[in-house]
Amino acid sequence: MAVAEPSVPAIALRGTSYHLPGRPALLESLSLEIRAGVTLVLLGRSGSGKTTTLKMMNRLLEPTAGELLVEGRPARDWDPIQLRRRMGYAIQDVGLFPHYTIERNIGLLPAVEGWPAARIRQRVSELMALVGLEPSLAARFPRELSGGQRQRVGVARALALDPPILLMDEPFGALDPLTRAEIQGEFARLQRRLGKTIVLVTHDLREALLLGTEIALLDGGRLAGLYTPVEFLRTPDALASAFRKAFSADSVHAGTAPASHPGNSR
Amino acid sequence: MNLFAYILAHPHEVLRLTFEHVSLAGISVGLATLVGLPLGVAIARRPALARTVLGAVNSIHVVPSLALFGFLFAVPWIGARAPRMAILALTLYALLPILRNVCAGILGVDPAVVEAGRGLGLTNGQLLRRVELPLALGVIVAGIRVAVVLAIGIATIAAAIGAGGLGELIFRGLAMVNDSLIFAGALPAALLALFADLSLGWLEGRLRERV
Repeated sequence: MAVAEPSVPAIALRGTSYHLPGRPALLESLSLEIRAGVTLVLLGRSGSGKTTTLKMMNRLLEPTAGELLVEGRPARDWDPIQLRRRMGYAIQDVGLFPHYTIERNIGLLPAVEGWPAARIRQRVSELMALVGLEPSLAARFPRELSGGQRQRVGVARALALDPPILLMDEPFGALDPLTRAEIQGEFARLQRRLGKTIVLVTHDLREALLLGTEIALLDGGRLAGLYTPVEFLRTPDALASAFRKAFSADSVHAGTAPASHPGNSR
Repeated sequence: MNLFAYILAHPHEVLRLTFEHVSLAGISVGLATLVGLPLGVAIARRPALARTVLGAVNSIHVVPSLALFGFLFAVPWIGARAPRMAILALTLYALLPILRNVCAGILGVDPAVVEAGRGLGLTNGQLLRRVELPLALGVIVAGIRVAVVLAIGIATIAAAIGAGGLGELIFRGLAMVNDSLIFAGALPAALLALFADLSLGWLEGRLRERV
């Protein structure tokens, strides 16, 4: 797999801002380094700048100030199409192409890259097995699938070109709690197998603790703290404790305790 | 008097004029689609331009069709032949529903689908061809359907400037106060409109149901 040399961070933000004139700043001078192979979680409440940060990484948005480097090269020097094809992209609403079968959804990028049909078919069945989808679903349309299955297709589609970096914006957000827990657990295993650099946006602390190597806590467009999952559970930071408190209140009802989900320390 | 008398007595003439009528309407809607599709795509991405263009095209509909046919006499090359004038006028009329629906269809595609496509690394052209146009197709066909019915109706007036079509029978019937003659023009025109409406409606339904 093509990973940049270990000393070069996969993605680096240097004083990156996103501030449109006449509007409140969505992101204010964020500096962050994401080493190759780690999973960085962007955690924060709605409007904290998580999604904005993510979308600047694949140039769906351009920083209004500061710099963003991908594999050591400024993002604006990358061809946006090439850049995006080196970064898988999975979002909460999934955005599967409703007029394409599951097979064509997953195989679309390989198809536009001009892969031969046989290789696309093989890659699609490989990916479907990887994300735990029955081969019989290949000929179905997205509307015929359950929410959990659709999310899996979304992840498989993002992995189609085997990108070294994976950007995920609340990829499991629209699921019921049980399905979500199941798919999160599976994704944690998948993540260890793939060894990709992952940037994951979430407001779900359980997901952050389970999947994150590092957790960047965002607040009002600023970086409020950068923690490992273990550190996050101990920090006295007010926002972090608020997240913990809300989460443990949740867990009482769900019957799970945060202690049973230690972060995957490396 | 038997309404069907003229049709039964002159089936070949009615058939020839029906064919002329279909050509007038068909060529016009074809041209309007040729222009409306790329123009609709272009304005769908630029809201300010969309307002201007749709406003301008909309204002054509304010001109009474008979007058519009007349105005085109003054246009070089076009004004030399009646069918040319008729086709241009009908194209202008057919443009609005097509343009509006292409624009609405593309803007109506689920934003999550477009964002996913863009974020995954599709170029604008790939996004348009593989995602936006196929998903907007039902709405676009609905616009073409309106345009066809409109063109078939207005094409009857083209006979007033000598462009032929079923309107010829209607105008002649009006002048001669001959119901059977009017009917020989009106019935095929109505049937054409009905047939176009039903068949394109069926196609539209099929296309929308996939989405």
